[in-house]
Amino acid sequence: MSEKYIARSSQIAARMLGGEMMVMSSVDSTFFTLNEVATVIWQAADGHTPLAEIVARNVCDEFEVDIDIARRDAEQFVNELSHHGILLVSDCPFDISPGPVEAA
Amino acid sequence: MSLMQEMNERALELGVPLGVHLDVTYRCNERCVHCYLDHDDHGELTTVEIKDILQQLAEAGTFFLTLSGGEVLMRRDFFEILEHARDLKFNVRIKTNGVMIRKSEARRMRDLGVEQVQVSIYSRRPEIHDAITKLPGSLKRSIEAIRLLKSQGLKVAIANVLMTVNMGEHAGVQALAQELGVVYTLDPTITPKIDGDTSILNLRIPGSELKAVFHNKDLVGNVEEFCAPPPKPGEDVMEGYPCSAGHTAAYITPYGDVFPCVQFPLPSGNVRRQKFMYIWRNSPELNEVRSIRAKDLPVCSTCSHVGTCTRCPGLAYLEGSMRGPSTADCEKSFQRTGILSANMLRKAHAHSHGPLIQIQPFAA
Ligand code: SF4
Ligand code: SF4
Repeated sequence: MSEKYIARSSQIAARMLGGEMMVMSSVDSTFFTLNEVATVIWQAADGHTPLAEIVARNVCDEFEVDIDIARRDAEQFVNELSHHGILLVSDCPFDISPGPVEAA
Repeated sequence: MSLMQEMNERALELGVPLGVHLDVTYRCNERCVHCYLDHDDHGELTTVEIKDILQQLAEAGTFFLTLSGGEVLMRRDFFEILEHARDLKFNVRIKTNGVMIRKSEARRMRDLGVEQVQVSIYSRRPEIHDAITKLPGSLKRSIEAIRLLKSQGLKVAIANVLMTVNMGEHAGVQALAQELGVVYTLDPTITPKIDGDTSILNLRIPGSELKAVFHNKDLVGNVEEFCAPPPKPGEDVMEGYPCSAGHTAAYITPYGDVFPCVQFPLPSGNVRRQKFMYIWRNSPELNEVRSIRAKDLPVCSTCSHVGTCTRCPGLAYLEGSMRGPSTADCEKSFQRTGILSANMLRKAHAHSHGPLIQIQPFAA
């Protein structure tokens, strides 16, 4: 299986509320709340760290969950958020623009 | 319960100001006849001050941020403020008259991931719209702005304030919204001026027109349901609080004053003197607003409409008491259902007794 890299889209709004992350896409206004584990993956989504490494290091080590279960859940989570354009996915490392740019 | 309602409940429990409305300026390029603001600059917050406030709001947990005015684009630093707000990951809505929006502004708003842009339109006829804004050519430019914003893929809403001077124009504006593919909202609320001047209230539409609006299925959907008599209020209603103002929402003026809501100008602190979170938690005014339940409202608690009324505590405050009725909402409840409010009954009763003090002219 090839590596997967994930990054947060710049077209979202996000805020922690009582230990959960609220995320809303400004493209289609879909609204999600991420639980603690999902929030950890979200925060680590820098476009450079492979998803497998995020799961192993930030999820399994921190939350003591089985790696296969964690991987499966993470894949599902990434698929759903990428479907709404909230997470961007690539099979090679990539940069998200630091902020929106003014095109001429 | 929807996810959004759940978040609201949680914010309420945790005392988080989930939604903040920040007016970045009161200056404006239009002079709308119904506007409640003083458009002079009395020392607006600087760019640095606004950025600091936004940082504080992000730390306080604010998620929904409305940037409004005056006209937001009268500030040369507006995009710098907007960019900072988006860097802090707020869900941003902008209210504007659209007159200063060209392609580059529309594109920039899109690139910055703005959630929605709301543009005010009063009529689709320039002679009426422009007479209200007192800016010749404003309708044309506002409509052009909506087109540009839409073409960038932004979500746009038309806000249509209804008053005596544009009565009967709403069907045209609604059709315009449909043609442009944008959301349409109608608001018959005229607010006293921020300095307490009530002269603009004579622009409020008469009861007969309000009734027609509330019974128009194109505007309210299911008329029978919308205009149904209120159910008997239960204990939950009496224990309920009126709205989000001061509970999960706040308003900040261009001078840093903090109010519970844009329509509730109760001075509760100033972010130039204290941190926002200190004001939010400790202001006696905000704490008083939070302490009020429906059962504490002397007139409204006796009213059959109490559970369904849109009673605005801000309008009630502007009438003299935040615990009192808001006559504009009494009128709405009455025109919607045909049932008199407790406040109306009280006034009718008072009048039926004749004047309290009578003076007999002295006949020589
Ligand atoms: S009811 Fe009035 S005070 Fe409450 S949120 Fe609405 S406008 Fe603001
Ligand atoms: S109709 Fe008037 S008196 Fe009745 S609850 Fe509403 S504001 Fe209060």
